[in-house]
Amino acid sequence: MAIWRAPLTWLVILLASAGLMPDLMPVLFPGQASLVYQRDSFLWLLQHHVMLVAASASVGTLLAIAGGIMVTRPWGRDFLPLVSQIASIGQTVPPVAVLALAVPVLGFGDGPTVMALLLYGLLPVLRNTLAGLDSIPAAVTEAARGMGMSSAQVLIKTELPLAGRVILAGIRTSVTINIATAAIGSTIGARTLGDPVIAGLVNGNTAYVLEGAVLIGLLAITTDSLFEALERFWARRFSATPGTV
Amino acid sequence: MIELKGVSRRFGEVLAVNAISLVVETGEVCVLVGSSGCGKSTTLRMINRLLPSTAGEILVDGKNVCDTDLQTLRLNMGYVIQGTGLFPHWTVARNIGLVPGLLKWPEARIRERVDELLQLLGLDQEGFVDKYPHQLSGGQAQRVGVARALAADPNILLMDEPFGALDAITRETLQNEMLRIKQQLGKTTVFVTHDIDEALRLADRIAVMDQGRLIQYDAPEAILRRPASLFVETLVGSQDRGLKMTGLQRVGDAMQRHLHPRPRDLDKPGVREHETLRQALSLMLWQGTESLPVMDEDGAEIGIISRAQIWAGGH
Repeated sequence: MAIWRAPLTWLVILLASAGLMPDLMPVLFPGQASLVYQRDSFLWLLQHHVMLVAASASVGTLLAIAGGIMVTRPWGRDFLPLVSQIASIGQTVPPVAVLALAVPVLGFGDGPTVMALLLYGLLPVLRNTLAGLDSIPAAVTEAARGMGMSSAQVLIKTELPLAGRVILAGIRTSVTINIATAAIGSTIGARTLGDPVIAGLVNGNTAYVLEGAVLIGLLAITTDSLFEALERFWARRFSATPGTV
Repeated sequence: MIELKGVSRRFGEVLAVNAISLVVETGEVCVLVGSSGCGKSTTLRMINRLLPSTAGEILVDGKNVCDTDLQTLRLNMGYVIQGTGLFPHWTVARNIGLVPGLLKWPEARIRERVDELLQLLGLDQEGFVDKYPHQLSGGQAQRVGVARALAADPNILLMDEPFGALDAITRETLQNEMLRIKQQLGKTTVFVTHDIDEALRLADRIAVMDQGRLIQYDAPEAILRRPASLFVETLVGSQDRGLKMTGLQRVGDAMQRHLHPRPRDLDKPGVREHETLRQALSLMLWQGTESLPVMDEDGAEIGIISRAQIWAGGH
């Protein structure tokens, strides 16, 4: 239970900040006009932000893990060099560029943002899936097959549990990057916690920028600590040696 | 019974295994021996179809392995490899219970079987079943590997250099254990090693391989007495062949038996009847004696072994 304490604490802080921000700002900076971003409530923006990231991350993760598994099977191995090169090259494209490139192709709004996040989030997961599966000792899979496990059983009972921690680390990277990138999605018309930041920058209102930035930061920290807890949980469940795979 | 009929395996241009034919009778231990790259592991891996054969056929109990369902085939063959291949994320108990689990035995029966096997391999200490592979010594891990292979009581045991990575003392202990298990269970076994002494100790029949070919397939004694080629002669070591020979024979077979067992003279060193002539000879050399008393398991003196009898046995 102790490993879930940190993410829960962060979650409470995040929700409290989002909920109390309109009441808190006038207290902190008394006498200032138009201090609080009014167009949408912060809780609504947070919710929308999380939904965009969750949608893109869940689909992206499934695709990336499936892809990683496919190119490490005997029948897909021919594509392994190609796929792992794409995964590496994709990492060199900055997230903002992904959004900029998405607009001419996909237009404005939530949809294109989700697509852009999805594509960008694929790569860390894919790369870690390949690395995780690759790190499994050959003797283990050889013994598993030799003892009479089917390919599916080898995958589910040995490969995925053993590679799981590395894959989780990939998902963690992917989601964290996408929380930040989703905020930039506001520039192409998605409704996210980036809205107050953009509005603040356009109108020269630093308070708006601060409000958005603090919430995005808290969201990122909450998610990151959640994944850290997940990784430790996985290590405890599937391996007796924390820190190794 | 395992039959190989003209079995070959080609890797690209290289013929790794070249038309090998041999028969391993039920309950026999066949040891494939040769230097690395001679094709012995490849031959073994074709029996459970981890590698498909390029030509020839392999029959297990009269049935072609290619006609048997892959999973069924492998579930009925215990498989032990050098690196043990234990699942690092599973406890000893789960590792040993792997095949029974795949065969959907009920939980209680698996637990019972695991305990039985741990006892068989001398691993029945408190809390051992809950250990993870990285907490075991090399010898313990390999014992667990053997236990895992025996778990579902397969007809056939395939062992690919199982003791190759162990230190000399551990290896010898495990070889003794193998001999004991062989006597107790009598599994048809194919065992791969590059160590001719290991082969001589464990085998009923030795298959000497070189460059993909089967050079000689014979009982250990025949391999020593009548090596088929210079290669085999070098492999068995022409210098200490005589000593190796004494290592194959039991004291009990060569000694002169007393009509009635006598109580043992505790001051005099002696050998046991299941020990080899080599051990008896070594003890004689060390003690500077011409003969030694032979004891049975209970410690009673049941006979005497003399230098002359060892000499006679060595020829």
